[in-house]
Amino acid sequence: MDMQPLDPAMAEFDVQTDEILINMGPQHPSTHGVLRLVLRSDGEVVTEVTPHIGYLHRCAEKIGENVSPRQWIPYTDRMDYLAGMNMNLGWALCVEKLLGMEVPEKARHLRVITCELNRIASHLVAMGTYGLDLGSFTPFTYAFREREKILDLFEELCGARLTLSYITVGGVTSDLPAGWLERCEGFLQEFMPIIDEYHAVLTSNEVFIRRCANVGVLTADAAIDYGCSGPVLRGSGVDWDLRRDGEPIYTRTYEGYRFEVIAQTNGHYPQDEDYPPVPRAAVLGDSWHRFYVRMLEVVQSVKLVRQGMDFYRRAAGSCGEPVKLSQKLPKGEAYLETEAPKGQMGFMVVGDGSAIPWRVRARSSSFCNLSAIGPLCRGCLIADVPAILGSLDIVLGEIDR
Amino acid sequence: MAEYLAQYITPPWLAYLLVALVQCVLLLAVAVVVAGGYTWVERKVAGRVQDRLGPTRVGGRFGWLQALADGLKLLCKEDLVPGSADAMLFRMAPYISFCASFSVFLALPFADGWVAQRLDVGIFFILAVAGVEVFGVILGGYASGSKWSLFGAMREAAQVVSYEVPLALCAVIPVMAAGTMDLVSIGQMQTGWLSNWLVFHDPFTFVTFWVYFTCATASVNRAPFDLAEAESELVAGFLTEYSGFRWSIFFMAEYASMFVVSGLAAILFCGGWNGPLPITSWLGLTADNGPILAFLGNFLGACNFTAKACLGMIVMVWARWTLPRLRIDQVMTVCLKYCVPLAAAMLLGAMLWTYTWPNGLILKSVRLLPAASQTPAVSTASAPGAH
Amino acid sequence: MDPSAILQRLQDRFAAAIVGAKLDVIDPWIEVRVDSLPEVCRYLRDEPELKFSLLHCITSVDYFEPDAKKAAKVDWQPHLELVYHLSSLVNRHRMVLKVMLPRWKNDRPGQLPEAPTVSGIWSTADWHEREVFDLGGVIFTGHPDLRRILCPEDWVGHPLRKDYQMPDEYHGIRVR
Repeated sequence: MDMQPLDPAMAEFDVQTDEILINMGPQHPSTHGVLRLVLRSDGEVVTEVTPHIGYLHRCAEKIGENVSPRQWIPYTDRMDYLAGMNMNLGWALCVEKLLGMEVPEKARHLRVITCELNRIASHLVAMGTYGLDLGSFTPFTYAFREREKILDLFEELCGARLTLSYITVGGVTSDLPAGWLERCEGFLQEFMPIIDEYHAVLTSNEVFIRRCANVGVLTADAAIDYGCSGPVLRGSGVDWDLRRDGEPIYTRTYEGYRFEVIAQTNGHYPQDEDYPPVPRAAVLGDSWHRFYVRMLEVVQSVKLVRQGMDFYRRAAGSCGEPVKLSQKLPKGEAYLETEAPKGQMGFMVVGDGSAIPWRVRARSSSFCNLSAIGPLCRGCLIADVPAILGSLDIVLGEIDR
Repeated sequence: MAEYLAQYITPPWLAYLLVALVQCVLLLAVAVVVAGGYTWVERKVAGRVQDRLGPTRVGGRFGWLQALADGLKLLCKEDLVPGSADAMLFRMAPYISFCASFSVFLALPFADGWVAQRLDVGIFFILAVAGVEVFGVILGGYASGSKWSLFGAMREAAQVVSYEVPLALCAVIPVMAAGTMDLVSIGQMQTGWLSNWLVFHDPFTFVTFWVYFTCATASVNRAPFDLAEAESELVAGFLTEYSGFRWSIFFMAEYASMFVVSGLAAILFCGGWNGPLPITSWLGLTADNGPILAFLGNFLGACNFTAKACLGMIVMVWARWTLPRLRIDQVMTVCLKYCVPLAAAMLLGAMLWTYTWPNGLILKSVRLLPAASQTPAVSTASAPGAH
Repeated sequence: MDPSAILQRLQDRFAAAIVGAKLDVIDPWIEVRVDSLPEVCRYLRDEPELKFSLLHCITSVDYFEPDAKKAAKVDWQPHLELVYHLSSLVNRHRMVLKVMLPRWKNDRPGQLPEAPTVSGIWSTADWHEREVFDLGGVIFTGHPDLRRILCPEDWVGHPLRKDYQMPDEYHGIRVR
């Protein structure tokens, strides 16, 4: 939407109103943390959005230059704190890439199980908070009800609920406790029917569709141009998922697993007869599609967890030995991106022959996704800003690092 | 009552004053109890909608005293006025809102004749005074000196002023069917069976009832039309800078006006204090059988009326915790593109219907009271200035 | 397309601009001369057989050892590296581009080195270059809005430089 009047002469006869600058955040209910958006608005119409980030900057990269890779694992938990497992995995794999390590079969399946569970948890938060952003409180409680059960499983597994540090360089820190697989299966069984409830309360809700269909349309080219990834990229119809298209060291983790990459190609989502239909008002790349992709990915993750549990039961051997803290890193550098729930989380490690990395880098998916908010919000209404921001599903811990 | 007392108390105005005072206190109690009780109901209903329990601790198993505890907490909070606020207007705004929504209770009949001021133009009075509530909100938003508050206030102004139009149109339709603007008479008309309720008067009033309810929800700022607060967009809208007691006064005003619009829906469409079955007349609880039985009948009626109003409020809660919020342009679209034309069409239809079948099509059941064609009887409680 | 083929193409096209390459490491990289970075990047993005449409990340690595004893043992000269990770969604290949910069412009400490911006080629670069400027201390010439992004605007120094000294206080607040 272009807010400039077509004919400059028209503006003179129109009512002249002053633009105002509004600070949305850093303390605001729907900025998902400490994000500050400066809105330049003419009444309800937003003409410009300038994000200011850095309120949660904790010098993670600098810290990484002073600790050994395994000691940095807890810092990765605190990046995307809604998906600690996926952050752990990204960093662990990156260091393993530099070290040229392979993890045992059992650890590989444990990684898939926990990461996909964490992906479900993260997408549930995204769904619930998106409901909040649109003024509907109830989906949030529904989402957190199920997420709690996942966190309970994690707590049983490693003692932590958010800052997990479970996956580590060289494998995972511990094997599953007795009976965990049964409880996990029990959770999946009660979770699957509830997904329909989520669809009823949001996805196919008429008000919800009106609020987010055709709002914040991000074309595929723009999404790639801004380096968007994850559901934001796939919501624009780009069939790209690092679990399938990533580097071999990462895709090897998912070897033998069958899952669909959720993206609309040729006007259809994979297995779209099972899910609520795409409303006519929705445009590919809008907030509704981003939301929908997440909802469908949850089902794929459930499938992956189930497969992972089957593989795990059949796998023999240990679940990996964490590398020693004094493990020397070879000279050289390795960069690896993994498919975290929010998008592609990249880590880079530069080794100099000592046990402490020379340089550590974290490339955050939310960072790139958020950078697209300026053009997305141009000309929208104030109420659309939370709707667009929520559909990007950012976590400030990851953006500010 | 006042006339009766005036025979014994001199000067007579003192009697009127005393009666007015008693009525005010009673109604204030109603308003506050409604607000307090209603917060509890809202928490409980919201809890159940969201698959949780709601309050369970304060005051016993069901958290009966939660509202009281909240009220105490709010009273204990610091009364903050932001530095950039216009202090006088900021302090005044909640009272304006509350006074407006409280004054409406004066003309709201709880049962046959149980009304503080029986007015010939009761419905007109209610709509007019309830509309004043928005001034408190606009003032509060403007005086807060915060942009978020200002946005909330402007939204409220745009929304409420727009929704007054279809709301009034909807209210006119039952008035037309009844032939009077006196709420007590409208209530009396619907005595008897369910089929006497104005919502079943003709197809047009039936549709109007739903339009009315939508507009009423919007005009009292309840979700999905709560754009003035819109916590995910405007922090808390016009309430952003309010805290403690002043906040709770706004809050009470909101609940009071919810009760009023729901009560109005009950009177205009759903038989007012009359149940679906003429139980009071079966039991003989009418004015013909003496004042005590009449009082009992009226008491039942008042309970009935309150129950209907509460049901309306619960539907509002149910909608609030189910639906996402609309956007401001969508709210205006709903009003101007759907509600206003629909209400206007219903008005036209109801007019033609009433003209064609003045006595209604559906067979009327036993009428216990004279129809609305008669001049409404002067209520015992009405003050001299009412006519 | 494998790294050696990409290198071959780049060398054919920009003979002088391709300064070096290392293909036998974990992530093979190609070094580009700093002033021809934009044209190489534009070529990488637009050439149909390359189509590096996605810029993942820009990283600055500071090669400098403040400890004189250790500095004697290192096998590199102090310098600053910019690392660009690219991949192509269409052709499903990836590559690493490197640019070597002096630690200080004209070797005068305090004068930040300069590199041309690529934010006009990939919008991702906009924020990443701001981050590199903020933390790594590189000025990107031609960048539309080169401000600090993670640190406060009035922060002094660039924390990811190896010789960075943490200030004792910031606006009267003890930070150490």
